Amino acid sequence: MAFIELHHVNKYYGQFQVLSDCTLSVEKGEVVVICGPSGSGKSTLIKTINGLEPIQSGKIVVDGLSLQDSNTNLSLLRSKVGMVFQSFELFPHLSVTDNLTIAQIKVLKRSPLEAKKHGLMYLERVGLTTQKDKFPGQLSGGQQQRVAIARALCMDPKIMLFDEPTSALDPEMVGEVLDVMVQLANEGMTMMCVTHEMGFAKKVSNRVIFMDLGRIVEDCTKVDFFSDVSARSPRAQEFLSKIIQG
Amino acid sequence: MQLDLSFYTWDLIEKFILKGLLFSIQLTIIATLGGIIFGTLLALMRLSNQRVLSTIASWYVNIMRSIPLVMVILWFFLLMPSIIGRSIGAELSAYITFIAFEAAFFSEIIRAGINSVPQGQNHAAYALGMNYQQKMSLIILPQAFRNMIPVLMTQTIILFQDTSLVYAIGAYDLLKGFEVAGKNYGRPIETYLLAAVVYFVICFSLSTIVKKIQQNVAIIR
Repeated sequence: MAFIELHHVNKYYGQFQVLSDCTLSVEKGEVVVICGPSGSGKSTLIKTINGLEPIQSGKIVVDGLSLQDSNTNLSLLRSKVGMVFQSFELFPHLSVTDNLTIAQIKVLKRSPLEAKKHGLMYLERVGLTTQKDKFPGQLSGGQQQRVAIARALCMDPKIMLFDEPTSALDPEMVGEVLDVMVQLANEGMTMMCVTHEMGFAKKVSNRVIFMDLGRIVEDCTKVDFFSDVSARSPRAQEFLSKIIQG
Repeated sequence: MQLDLSFYTWDLIEKFILKGLLFSIQLTIIATLGGIIFGTLLALMRLSNQRVLSTIASWYVNIMRSIPLVMVILWFFLLMPSIIGRSIGAELSAYITFIAFEAAFFSEIIRAGINSVPQGQNHAAYALGMNYQQKMSLIILPQAFRNMIPVLMTQTIILFQDTSLVYAIGAYDLLKGFEVAGKNYGRPIETYLLAAVVYFVICFSLSTIVKKIQQNVAIIR
């Protein structure tokens, strides 16, 4: 059984169908990039995986637990799934250190000392030890996103979900965040990334999923996606030609 | 007509006014704290997905906000004895009524405060494995209250003025203190004039403080 499985997932906002019959699976250690034009449902798809976006029909299984099963402890499951958001979503009323420790202490019941040690270790990994006492508002976008990644890693997640982690950043800050993500991928972390950074996809992903109008149009290896372009669907070809030109 | 304030000695103030002032302040503080606690509960009920809870809260708030406070004070004071068989006294009655009434007003402020926190903060808290209570108490409410401080304080100033309505049930508040003093000396005009000045000084100083705080507490995002 794969680590993450989606079976025929459908989701609607009122009459509007955001996800149509999405089926995919992700194995442990895989790095999967999800791309597609805006409005294609890729952000919604990744948020269904930890239940932030409920679905109307279909089945989602994470680490052997079904999200649709009412016996599943959703909070426990989410604590094992790290998530990084487009707009960072650090807690603005808490210092960097408190951002890193609060969920460890309250959710994982770690001691404050242990949580702090763990938090500072990950802060060092994203290269921001000197910022530990600052508040999120005092950091640049790139720094905030690196803290957000560290905050997710503090929970020792089994998988990391990234929802357009670099889209809200100034161009010169994209690199520092991608570096952290590449490092993470190289260490064998299971990752799903919604991103327009095709450079990142080419460099570290195993698979690329292309979505359009709420459907998964392509689900293939990185090599097939970028090199065997003629075998791709017309929509994906169009997207690729624009991305590569741009 | 000649205004003569010379009969307002410290002795008189100590004897008649301070007691009333103390009660008005106590009533304001207790009604504010109680109103915030129950108002938070009402706001959470109104925002909840449980239809029953949100309907109950919304009816409560709408009814309370549509009735003049003085009528709520009177009704509660007059109805209680026929329900529990004895009077609970004007002061206790005032405390309960004010908490119940202010909860409705505070709940609307708090609801707006909660809604002012971006939806992404909810997602971030849930994504870290927090449950509803943890998310609310650790992440959403601290941010909401910080954004709400000026509005909450303004409401508290209005509340202090409204405490004078307890005259309807004969509780001994600041206004009553002046009234009694005036009656004792047969000087109602000077008395009510001085009462107005005292209310003005207290409320105006408080609003000046609120304005200062408003400039210093930056809204988070």
